[in-house]
Amino acid sequence: MRARVFVTLKASVFDPQGKTIADALHSLGYEAIDEVRQGKYFELDLKTTEAEQARALAAEVADKLLANPVIESYRIEVD
Amino acid sequence: MIDSQILERHGLKRDEYDRIVQFLGREPNLTELGIFSVMWSEHCSYKSSRVHLKTLPTEGPQVLQGPGENAGAIDIGEGLAAVFKIESHNHPSFIEPYQGAATGVGGIIRDIFTMGARPIALLNSLRFGELETPGTSRLLEGVVAGIAGYGNSIGIPTVGGEIAFEPSYAGNPLVNVFCLGIAVASDIIKGVASGVGNSVYYVGAKTGRDGIHGATMASAEFDEKSAEKRPAVQVGDPFMEKLLLEACLEVMRTDALVGIQDMGAAGLTCSTTEMGSRGGAGVEIDVSLVPQRETGMTPYEIMLSESQERMLLVVKRGREAEVERVFEKWDLHAVHIGEVTSDGLLRVKDQGHVVAEIPNRALTDEAPVYRRPMAEPEYLAGVRRLDLDALAEKGPYFFSANHDLLALLGSPTIGSKRWVYRQYDHMVRTNTLNVPGLGAGVVRIKGTDRALALSVDGNGRYCYLDPYRGAMLAVAEAARNVACAGARPLGATNCLNFGNPERPAIMWQFAQAVEGIGAACRALGVPITGGNVSLYNETDGRAIYPTPVIGVVGLLEHADRLLSRRFQAAGDIIVLLGEDRGELGGSEYLKVVHGLVAGVPPALNLESERALESLLVDLADLRILKSAHDCSDGGLAVTLAECCFDAGGIGAEISIEAVHAARAMAMNRAAALFGESASRVIVSTTVDNVTEVLERAAAAGVPARIVGRTGGNLLRVAVGGHMAIDLSVDEAERAWSSAVERYFQRRVA
Repeated sequence: MRARVFVTLKASVFDPQGKTIADALHSLGYEAIDEVRQGKYFELDLKTTEAEQARALAAEVADKLLANPVIESYRIEVD
Repeated sequence: MIDSQILERHGLKRDEYDRIVQFLGREPNLTELGIFSVMWSEHCSYKSSRVHLKTLPTEGPQVLQGPGENAGAIDIGEGLAAVFKIESHNHPSFIEPYQGAATGVGGIIRDIFTMGARPIALLNSLRFGELETPGTSRLLEGVVAGIAGYGNSIGIPTVGGEIAFEPSYAGNPLVNVFCLGIAVASDIIKGVASGVGNSVYYVGAKTGRDGIHGATMASAEFDEKSAEKRPAVQVGDPFMEKLLLEACLEVMRTDALVGIQDMGAAGLTCSTTEMGSRGGAGVEIDVSLVPQRETGMTPYEIMLSESQERMLLVVKRGREAEVERVFEKWDLHAVHIGEVTSDGLLRVKDQGHVVAEIPNRALTDEAPVYRRPMAEPEYLAGVRRLDLDALAEKGPYFFSANHDLLALLGSPTIGSKRWVYRQYDHMVRTNTLNVPGLGAGVVRIKGTDRALALSVDGNGRYCYLDPYRGAMLAVAEAARNVACAGARPLGATNCLNFGNPERPAIMWQFAQAVEGIGAACRALGVPITGGNVSLYNETDGRAIYPTPVIGVVGLLEHADRLLSRRFQAAGDIIVLLGEDRGELGGSEYLKVVHGLVAGVPPALNLESERALESLLVDLADLRILKSAHDCSDGGLAVTLAECCFDAGGIGAEISIEAVHAARAMAMNRAAALFGESASRVIVSTTVDNVTEVLERAAAAGVPARIVGRTGGNLLRVAVGGHMAIDLSVDEAERAWSSAVERYFQRRVA
């Protein structure tokens, strides 16, 4: 199975990198883009064929390593 | 609607609440309660510490600005001022090491440029649990990376500092950051709001929900999402701060500015009330005008947010466009959010409706002050007892002095911190003369012949055993380190890290330490110009060692006369200044070799200390010394070894007197080699100059004697005529260099 983990800063946490990207886009003339929040994306190839197991495993490694739970949250997709 | 639960969440006591009602003549609303709670918090009001801090010496002919402003300032000649302060960021660094440390650096830099000074150097003083303890290396890595990430990006060199490891900091690390800036003495800017009708401006990053104290939940509905909404860690943006720094310094060159303050702890609340209070004026703002990063923020949240990189300015009426133009140039937007008023009130509006109205003085000068009960802690009697003979019998008696020295050099507290400081940019701005690891950091003042030496020091173990003496020793060590670089100590700043002040034992430690700092600063001529108090450093009811950290700034009138710890050449004469009294109490030796924290810390004679420091400065000025290094952790043997390190393999051979600390021979030897008697310095000089060094020492009343010579590639120390230490410099240096590094090499994947 494959799990995709999307890690982003929590909504209330300031994202300097996202802000810099937004500023760069504005300087390129993309005034229609209001704000940017950036994050990290992981693909995990898992040995299991059980979706629930895959999800649990992905959540475990996200909590332990992929995300910093103090300032980041994550979302998992399994297929 | 304000019940005891809400009060508790705001950290307010019932009698404090009654005072609030009295001040307002009515019940406060939630926003007002939030404002009171942060302004009356220990952090902003110094309610437990103020009565003690008032006793510190804060005046001197060199002091241009004492405590009470964003930072202190001293006169360094040629019309210039050194502006400096130290501040803690302990709690945030434990929760999120990288961002906690980074925003600590950001905060102290803002305090400095807010005074109109250009920041030119950073130091840090860090304390962690033992490196063996799980989690410590991760914390250290995060904190160091955070300091490096922020300091390096903004382009201010980190030129020195100290790091110590003790089990008591395992659940509560200390991250104290010091910043030094240079200003034109006559152009120092203050954080004051005055002149009715003048405009209040907000500049910098947008306001988000970061760092709002736990009380936020009181107003928010509880649902699935509340975890996401809760107080979040502050995230720093060094590039934004760089823009703010340059823009603020440029605005300050115009005379359109009345006052300026950074929004640090308690954000908008603290900056508006403090500026108003200092200027004897009122401030009125409308929070709906404040730039916001998130939607739906309440006035409560906006007033209490601790988002980073924000400043509050008061601008003369009619000059607004000028100021706005400068900020526009730096891609920043100065937003007009209110006015200075004559009524002495903090008035907060939300789209024109008043949501809070509080007399400024009630929040600042009239904040509660406590004379908390004090009692000598019970542990003291036990830990002060030290029976060296019993210790000698218990062993480990089979260890040689060589072994003990290698163990000390390899202990992370004494060993080289290269792994840490090589992550810091210490050369940016190209003013650094003494890089980290050589004693005090030294930075040149461009455009003059002068330089400033800076050092931060503290010893929690000493203070645990005797807070009064331990605090005096911290001041003396910081001043001595500065003097060893050849600079005359001029001023000091303190960061007082203690446990819960509501416990009488902790309050006693605090009071004793402040008394000790006061005594030492008065005697050594280094007034305290500012600082910071961090209380409640406890985990599970166990407090950290009481840890006052002292930063001292000194002036070198001729930058080229500076000294470092390193021996310069073979064949030089090694002179020991000061007196060996073989004091092992609280020493690193007892801790590392015997696993013992006991005894009384070394005695300190302030007059001798002052004479020694003054002599060092004079000798450096006469250019008759080649190196100078202060004896501290690990005593004479460790100090001598450090003089040989990074010096291209120059060895040394010395012979010292035996001391009588106990009946057991092994203990007397250890006391001579590793005792930490204060006011001692190892200097080296040429054969030609040694007589003058000795004569001048005698004239200054400083004990001085020739103990040996530099040269060879061995480190040899005889005690009372018997060779005690005989090692190759290489072997010793290996133990020392790898002391911290080895904990990180293993983990490289």
